[in-house]
Amino acid sequence: MKRETLIWTIVFILGIVMLLGRAFLTEQGMGKAYVRAVEINADAPDPADRWIQYDNALPKDYYTAVARDPNQREYQFSPGRTIGVWVAAFFTLFILSFLIRDNPFYKIAESVVVGVSAAYWMVVGFWTTIVPNLLGKLFPEWVNGWAIPGLDAQAEWAYLAPLILGGMLLWRLSPKGSWISRWPLAFIIGTTAGIRLMGFLHADFLSQIRNTITTIWVTDVAGSFIFWESVRSLILVVGVLSSVVYFFFSIEHKGFVGRTAKLGIWFLMITFGAAFGYTVMGRIALLAIRLEFLLDDWLWLIDPAMKRMSM
Amino acid sequence: MKRTVPLMITALGGFVLIVAYFIPATQGWGEVAAIWFDILAAIAFVLGGGNLLKIHLKKASDRAPGWGYSVITVLAFLTTLSVGLGKIGVNPNPMYPGFPLSGDYREIGSPFWWLYEYAFKPLTATMFAMLAFYIASAAFRAFRAKNVEAVLLLGTAFIILLGRTFAGVYLTSWLPDSLFGLRIENMTITIMSVFNTAGNRAIMIGIALGIDPIWGRGRSDPCTNS
Amino acid sequence: MYEFLKNLDKRWIFLMMFLAVSVPIYIIGKTGKTFPEVPTLLAEATFQAIEELKEGDPILLSFDYDPASEGELAPMATAFVKHSCEKRLKIYFMALWPVGPQMIDDVIARVIRSDFPEMVYGVDYVNIGFKPGNEGVIKVIVTDLRELYTTDDKGTPIAQIPMMEGIHSVQDFKLVVNVSAGYAGTKEWVQYAVTPFPDKIKLVAGCTGVQAPLLYPYIPQQLPGLLGAIKGAAEYEKLVIDKYGGTNPDPKYLEAKRRMGPQLVAHILIIILVVLANVIYYIEKKREART
Repeated sequence: MKRETLIWTIVFILGIVMLLGRAFLTEQGMGKAYVRAVEINADAPDPADRWIQYDNALPKDYYTAVARDPNQREYQFSPGRTIGVWVAAFFTLFILSFLIRDNPFYKIAESVVVGVSAAYWMVVGFWTTIVPNLLGKLFPEWVNGWAIPGLDAQAEWAYLAPLILGGMLLWRLSPKGSWISRWPLAFIIGTTAGIRLMGFLHADFLSQIRNTITTIWVTDVAGSFIFWESVRSLILVVGVLSSVVYFFFSIEHKGFVGRTAKLGIWFLMITFGAAFGYTVMGRIALLAIRLEFLLDDWLWLIDPAMKRMSM
Repeated sequence: MKRTVPLMITALGGFVLIVAYFIPATQGWGEVAAIWFDILAAIAFVLGGGNLLKIHLKKASDRAPGWGYSVITVLAFLTTLSVGLGKIGVNPNPMYPGFPLSGDYREIGSPFWWLYEYAFKPLTATMFAMLAFYIASAAFRAFRAKNVEAVLLLGTAFIILLGRTFAGVYLTSWLPDSLFGLRIENMTITIMSVFNTAGNRAIMIGIALGIDPIWGRGRSDPCTNS
Repeated sequence: MYEFLKNLDKRWIFLMMFLAVSVPIYIIGKTGKTFPEVPTLLAEATFQAIEELKEGDPILLSFDYDPASEGELAPMATAFVKHSCEKRLKIYFMALWPVGPQMIDDVIARVIRSDFPEMVYGVDYVNIGFKPGNEGVIKVIVTDLRELYTTDDKGTPIAQIPMMEGIHSVQDFKLVVNVSAGYAGTKEWVQYAVTPFPDKIKLVAGCTGVQAPLLYPYIPQQLPGLLGAIKGAAEYEKLVIDKYGGTNPDPKYLEAKRRMGPQLVAHILIIILVVLANVIYYIEKKREART
């Protein structure tokens, strides 16, 4: 066996032994999930119309309830959600393992996320839009009978158009019939263009020019000149103009135009530096929440939100 | 015909929305077009899922390299789809207990919720969390202060990185009030509200000017390129 | 040493970043100590926008993010909902991202059902959910919300929800609060809601670090208040907790403040890495010039 493989095998075995030891041999354990049973429609005369919903509960609520009454059934240990926490933790570790090198665990995790996310989006699109906004508009009585019982509307046959266009769009999956999807795609492109043309023109062009037309002789209410505010205004106006000159490639960047464009580049470099700084900030927060999940919700090594403080 | 009708649909769709912006009496047409667009966007999700299934089923049936992972993808897809579309394990809406499919498809405790909470959420979140590592690696390998522009970029980045944490406050807290503007946290505010605003405003104006002719021209139409 | 650093395996850098984030999380988790926060003007403007509202005013919260951005945005979302509940506003949730409703569910469970159990769904708060279409959704709902939203997120028809009475479009809300991770998000809300109706629709937002610099040109005319990245969230949390948190605030409302610890260490690491890389670069250049 190669040395590297041997080292990794030992690390895995030690890791599993430590995890199982912490989970089963320590008093508090780790990675456990609890639920609170809530009765729904408790007053309904027909027992078939009553059921129990299980909301997430904190471990401290469970232990407080058990200490008060060991036979209580309101707060319970949840095997399904406990398995879920461990599955989530292992998926997190599988993805992080890519940092060492590409490996089958990472590929399995990647395959699962691709499949689950595509199906998730389909389910969301179906229940949030296709049922209420398409089928519910065309066949309200039918939808009333199984999906939205309170729906009370008249059929709107104008919605046949998006139904037909949607059907044509699905022909894209067929190798021979994909040309049929051109009409709905054309509609999508046309409406996107129409929506965005005006949005960008108004908010990003006209409004930005208007916002830049600002006074560079800033005074307070009494009329006294405020030096630093005026300097800021001047820098803003000069910055916008010089950066716009940089993007104007129809005139050669020589002489006065060249020097202005150079100033524009400097403003843009400061802009990109700020973007880099903020991007770093953003990415680190994403890592922080995943490591918090591993240390807090799975390993139970820390408890900053006091979810288990009463134990 | 194959080219003309899609072009006419594109032009009509765009035209209706532009006219609706300016003429209040035609606002209803714009709303109708936008609602149809929203419905087609939902159907596009179905198309995306179907396309994924098609590609991975083909890969698995052709026994292409990595076909085992395609089987996992298809299994994950079909499992999530079936529990989600069928609202399996979902209780009805309490107001309508006699209608099994009237409940919330994302109900806490349902298999679909479980797949979101313990598969989709940790996987997507960790995928993006990896970027923190790559940004550190990129910072070491790529950022060289070779010229004035690079020095400006890196200098600004350092001020922002320090100024947006307590480190910046601590490092320049000793500066007197007369030099208030030179405290790192205040320099950060100035950089963002003046320099960054100027640069991004110019970029926005440039993009807005660029987008309008591209959308208006419509010469490269993906509908007609097959 | 020079040769080691010049050919440094990127996995050592990954390990350094891992320790730079995990060790402060562990220490802060154990000790509870965090760095102090001083709110900036933008955080105060965002706070004031909600603080100015009166009891019963309708506020629209659009949660346009997914689990990938939860680290930065969930603390903001929590603080926005806490603030709205303390002000006793009528809260309307919606989302432009497919996973947005899950984010809404999480915040409702964490804040409203946990700390404000007297609030009644359909009377004090409602979740009208997600619709696909990105800016197409905003385009419709700024003039006719009920044409697109025929039911709430659970499938209950809009007409049966008491607090939807009088709400016909986004213009009927006193304030729109957007928590945004990208497209579709704050930029689209500015472009398609605020800009066409500047006197009717007021927007404040919280966004990721990547987006924040790109939204500054909209400040303050189109976007009076903006919380940028986890720092913005920490500043806003401080304002909300100072006013409404009491003497012993619940730690779940201080999540962003705790996350500023690993931020500081990781930022210093990035600076050290860049400086080190440039030192190596200049040494290399000098050696090349000599030979």
